Amino acid sequence: MSDVLLSLKGLTKAYPGVVANDQVSFDIGVGEVHALLGENGAGKSTLVKMIYGLVKPDSGMMELNGRAFAPAEPRAARADGIAMVFQHFSLFDALNVAENIALGMENPPKMRDLASRIKSVSENYGLPLDPFRTVGDLSAGERQRVEIIRCLLQDPKLLIMDEPTSVLTPQEVEILFQTLRKLKAEGTSILYISHKLEEIRSLCDFATILRLGQNVGACVPRDTSARDMAEMMVGTALKTPERAGRELGPVALSIRGLSVPAPSAFGTALKDVTLTVHKGEILGIGGVAGNGQDELLSVLSGEVLCAPGEVLLHGDAIGQMNPTKRRKLGVLAAPEERLGHAAAPDMSLTENALLTGSVRQGLETRGMIHWSRAKEFAEAVIAGFDVRTPGPGNAARALSGGNLQKFVIGREVLQDPDVLVVNQPTWGVDAAAAAAIRQSLLDLAAKGAAVICISQDLDELMEISDNFAALNEGRLSAPRSTQGLSVDEIGLMMGGAHGMEVAHV
Amino acid sequence: MIRLEKRPDPSRGWSLATPVVAVLATMLAGGLLFAALGKDPIVAIRTIFWEPLFGEFSFYYRPQLVVKGAPLVLIAIGLSLGFKAGIWNIGAEGQYIIGALTGAGVGLAFYPTESVFIFPLMVLAGALGGWAWAMIPAILKTRFGTNEILVSLMLVYVAEQLLASMSLGLLKNPEGFGFPGSRNLQQYDSAHNAELIAGSGLHWGAAAALIAVIFAYVLVNKHMTGFHIRLTGDAPRAARFAGVSPARLVLFCLGISGALAGLAGLFEVSGPAGVVSIDFNVGYGFTAIIVAFLGRLHPVGILLAGALMALTYIGGDIAQSNLGLPSAAIQVFQGMLLFFLLAFDVLTNFRIRLGASEVA
Repeated sequence: MSDVLLSLKGLTKAYPGVVANDQVSFDIGVGEVHALLGENGAGKSTLVKMIYGLVKPDSGMMELNGRAFAPAEPRAARADGIAMVFQHFSLFDALNVAENIALGMENPPKMRDLASRIKSVSENYGLPLDPFRTVGDLSAGERQRVEIIRCLLQDPKLLIMDEPTSVLTPQEVEILFQTLRKLKAEGTSILYISHKLEEIRSLCDFATILRLGQNVGACVPRDTSARDMAEMMVGTALKTPERAGRELGPVALSIRGLSVPAPSAFGTALKDVTLTVHKGEILGIGGVAGNGQDELLSVLSGEVLCAPGEVLLHGDAIGQMNPTKRRKLGVLAAPEERLGHAAAPDMSLTENALLTGSVRQGLETRGMIHWSRAKEFAEAVIAGFDVRTPGPGNAARALSGGNLQKFVIGREVLQDPDVLVVNQPTWGVDAAAAAAIRQSLLDLAAKGAAVICISQDLDELMEISDNFAALNEGRLSAPRSTQGLSVDEIGLMMGGAHGMEVAHV
Repeated sequence: MIRLEKRPDPSRGWSLATPVVAVLATMLAGGLLFAALGKDPIVAIRTIFWEPLFGEFSFYYRPQLVVKGAPLVLIAIGLSLGFKAGIWNIGAEGQYIIGALTGAGVGLAFYPTESVFIFPLMVLAGALGGWAWAMIPAILKTRFGTNEILVSLMLVYVAEQLLASMSLGLLKNPEGFGFPGSRNLQQYDSAHNAELIAGSGLHWGAAAALIAVIFAYVLVNKHMTGFHIRLTGDAPRAARFAGVSPARLVLFCLGISGALAGLAGLFEVSGPAGVVSIDFNVGYGFTAIIVAFLGRLHPVGILLAGALMALTYIGGDIAQSNLGLPSAAIQVFQGMLLFFLLAFDVLTNFRIRLGASEVA
């Protein structure tokens, strides 16, 4: 760990109106697992993009193995041994593993040779993968393996990983960590970006913390508590959501034996889902992405209709009601996909406030819109949920992901729902904002609303929910009280390592 | 190296400026074209844009502007609603023909009775005819998922055949000495869409176009239906989440655009054209697509764009007869207008960056 692989010196990058990186300097040693921490908008992505040659710094320089390093494009960075696994996979569902990998190569070898190389590399690193399987059939964890193996085939000296564990079950995370440790033992350096501080504590040797584009400190994660790291990221003391002792009321919403066919070729069918949520209860629904979360939310929001009696609100059948009617009755939802589903990208925040607020907030009379009231509602959401934006006239797409998420959640919470369904409420949101969102869900439940929180963040679910159930291939496990539920049990409820072979390292 | 960078917010300035810049660029490129054809570019441009409005014979051309512009605006307003939602009615020409046929058919059925109720009935029949013709692609789309672009376009050619059959058969003037074409509605007072003010070119179609502009403005900006139309165009999934039924929106948008196109056809056949004849339709339904985009799908923009388009038509005619410009050159000129508009439109959402390559 004594040798320096990559050295960043005073990297600065400004975009119109914002300095994304301001004089950032740090070193990554050979064979070091280096964590990069920071809130949303702290400049992590920009920094990583500079290293990977996607963005050119305005000033400052990088040195790789002591030589000046200024990649003009990702191809140059790859040639120098830098590889990156992105948060969002760039794979074609209809092609098989080997074809997907060949697509990303400059001079792909013959398919048979490539397949055997994929096989040997994947087994070598404890990530078994059949090169001839169609990517559309793979689980999220297996897709990530494809991306990792694509990188490993280049024999990288530095592997950059952006939020790699957000789509994995606990067991899959463990397999990934074994692979990363093996890579590290072979002298590969890893730059690891994650919001999950406990993971960083168990995996990383060193951490650099960014806040508002500046390097505000470094620490050795093993010797620092997660809370301290979070506070370094935010710059202030952190508030943990408070959970008042809650009494569960009568049943608010229930689903009985619900089955819905998959909406598309790569969607998930819901199979015989049954659940009940009481007034004042937060029901956490875990599971790896793509196991029916989207579909479950659509059935509850009314975007997908089902047999009337399969969804009951206070005992009344609402399965055939459209979203507008359900909102009138107090069933609100906040989908996972912020841009394009929960909000319209090119529309202003006022218009986006009207999108779901029209019925309950009285923003229309017989179809005529009251724009001033819509604007007031948008301003209330912006103020109540600390949405950072110049004003309600701004387009939704101009907001950062975290800010838009606060807007989307706030818009529903402020409408005083009887039942609120949220999917990934704090995905990509920084620690402080995530805590605020969770607190708002807890407050809502304390006021007597029933909340269904679908999330892939298990810590979040353990923190706020009373009962926990897991979605696995469209089936929902029987809910269990979160009191005394262990990580292993949760993992099993989520389907274990999801049919993936366990690593043999 | 030139590259495009997406703006975080759409530029309001460019959104208003693009039509003007596009017209200027068309004048420039069109001028070069005319110069290459050996004509004085300044005289040619002046003939097209100045002569109809302020030239020696403008007393004749100005009413013509209204006569040509009104159907364009009326049809384009209807089309713009669907276009905003990503519902592409390309067959307004067909709906225009059917509206003319049903409207004129009702009028001719009463011939020679005189009554004040006949013209309103014809208006109703014209709108219904266009609406019904547009319902064919709408229902096929909502029921079977067919592509409304193809179906509505192909129905134009069906409508043209119907028009030919009608003017040679059912609606043929019994006292027309065997010539194709219906009785002249201009000579049938109860059915005549006469000028409201003599010599102004203002007939009921122009009044309907103005009403449609106001109606569309209110619908798009003040009403939930308009909001849902814009929402569907921007983010279809968000629209579903908001509670919009895609099928009902398709029926609504195609229905409105069909009814307005049918109205335009009725006002044309009972007014300026007078008779149902084989060559009754002159492409208003297609040109209205250009007008809708030239007006940026905004009601007031469409009003201005309709006027501009009518101007280039009439100015183009004058340039052909006075300067001997080939009609193909005029069509190229009109095509340039749409081309430049779409090209400059990119600047509303993107800014141009010169220099080093970079991905933000």
